[in-house]
Amino acid sequence: MAIEFDIDLIVRVMPQLAKGFWFTLQLTAISALGGVILGTLMALGRLSGNAMLSRAIGAYVNTLRSIPLLLVIFWFFFLVPYIAAWMTGAKQPVEINALTSCVITFILFEACYFCEIMRAGMQSIPPGQLHAGKALGMGYWTVMGFIIVPQAFRNMLPVLLSQTIVLFQDVSLVSVLSIKDFFGSADFVAKRDGRPHEMYITVALVYLVSCFALSRAARRLQQRIAIVR
Amino acid sequence: MYNWNWPVLWSLTSDGATSYLGTLFLGLKWTLVVGLTAWVFALVLGAVVGVARTFQGGWLARAADAYVEVLRSIPLIVQMFLWFYVAPDLLPGAMAAAVKAWDKYNVLAAIICLALFTSARVAEQVRAGIQSIPSGQSFAARALGMETAQLYRHVLLPVGLRKILPALTNEFLNIIKNTSVAFTIAVVELMAATRSMQETTFQIFEAFTAATLIYLAVNLLVVRLMNGIERKLEVPGLSIRQAS
Repeated sequence: MAIEFDIDLIVRVMPQLAKGFWFTLQLTAISALGGVILGTLMALGRLSGNAMLSRAIGAYVNTLRSIPLLLVIFWFFFLVPYIAAWMTGAKQPVEINALTSCVITFILFEACYFCEIMRAGMQSIPPGQLHAGKALGMGYWTVMGFIIVPQAFRNMLPVLLSQTIVLFQDVSLVSVLSIKDFFGSADFVAKRDGRPHEMYITVALVYLVSCFALSRAARRLQQRIAIVR
Repeated sequence: MYNWNWPVLWSLTSDGATSYLGTLFLGLKWTLVVGLTAWVFALVLGAVVGVARTFQGGWLARAADAYVEVLRSIPLIVQMFLWFYVAPDLLPGAMAAAVKAWDKYNVLAAIICLALFTSARVAEQVRAGIQSIPSGQSFAARALGMETAQLYRHVLLPVGLRKILPALTNEFLNIIKNTSVAFTIAVVELMAATRSMQETTFQIFEAFTAATLIYLAVNLLVVRLMNGIERKLEVPGLSIRQAS
């Protein structure tokens, strides 16, 4: 047994780790929010009955869900500068900072998963409600926006939350772009000081505790919603 | 502004042994070796832990619950690093040195990591599958005089495992995708091969497009295979597949 554990090191690099953890939390929150909004819009598009729109979104969702997140991260990291240049008419690829690139990547990637969740949620609402809304003279978007989506959202809240916990863990993969998220900052210290044991074990323990707390909180919320019904 | 150069895929690499596309397929080989080996262990381990979780109360169920909870709460890349950088030091001195000196230890670490990581998810499905079987079937089996082992062998597992086949297809796809994380511990699988092609040729999007198409093709194959297995194992009259 040759595991040494230097607690002092952890205390010394605590500010760096805290900064990384804050980055991870921010990226998780922004991506979850953006992903749910974009995902819901995409789900509405898929169910809209417009065959072209529905098929295009379907192809996008299925492609992104079939390739590894790491590949998606690299795709967007290199692609976004070109898209930005194309949109602004610049000759050279636009320099995009790492945080922006991550936010865009995760919103576009998570939207695919949230889209499928919201679509399932919307399809679980009895179609009678859609017909009733239409009979009252509401258009597709009005019925969806005011009647179907709010209910789908509430029904799917537990799934949305567990997907967010998955997202919280997936954010650690941005460290491959040398970004200092929580894992990235620990990895940086581990390699700089040659102390992998302390750093990786600490990261694992912090994730363990946070995810445990988050899933407990999600379960409690779920119970409260169940009582409301 | 981006110079497309598709023929780069067919051009030889600097050592002249194979084309860049060839290196991608070499990467795919390692993706499949790691992914499939880990998948076999994940299935066996997941089934055992999943069954343990269905035993009401007792330390075994609690230990199995803890196993699943821990493995699902730590990001894959962190687990990968723990297996690669930390785990060898838990072994006695001489063994630790031998393991660290072995140039294929990263492949072994990736397999162990993915197998355990996925087994927790498989266990969750197995538990859910078994618990979704109406308790009347267990009572009926007991009334016929079956022991616990017989109950699982003849009643709960055959039905429960068939029920979760679609979910297992999903996990199978996930483990192939998750193999890409092994590139962080220098396993030369498809992701790593793609990155190295991108870094040597600077043909970023050709490399990524090729990798994306290869992943899509593998996905399609896995889905076909699992659908075939599902159809083969289907019990006539016991409609588990929803008519769609």
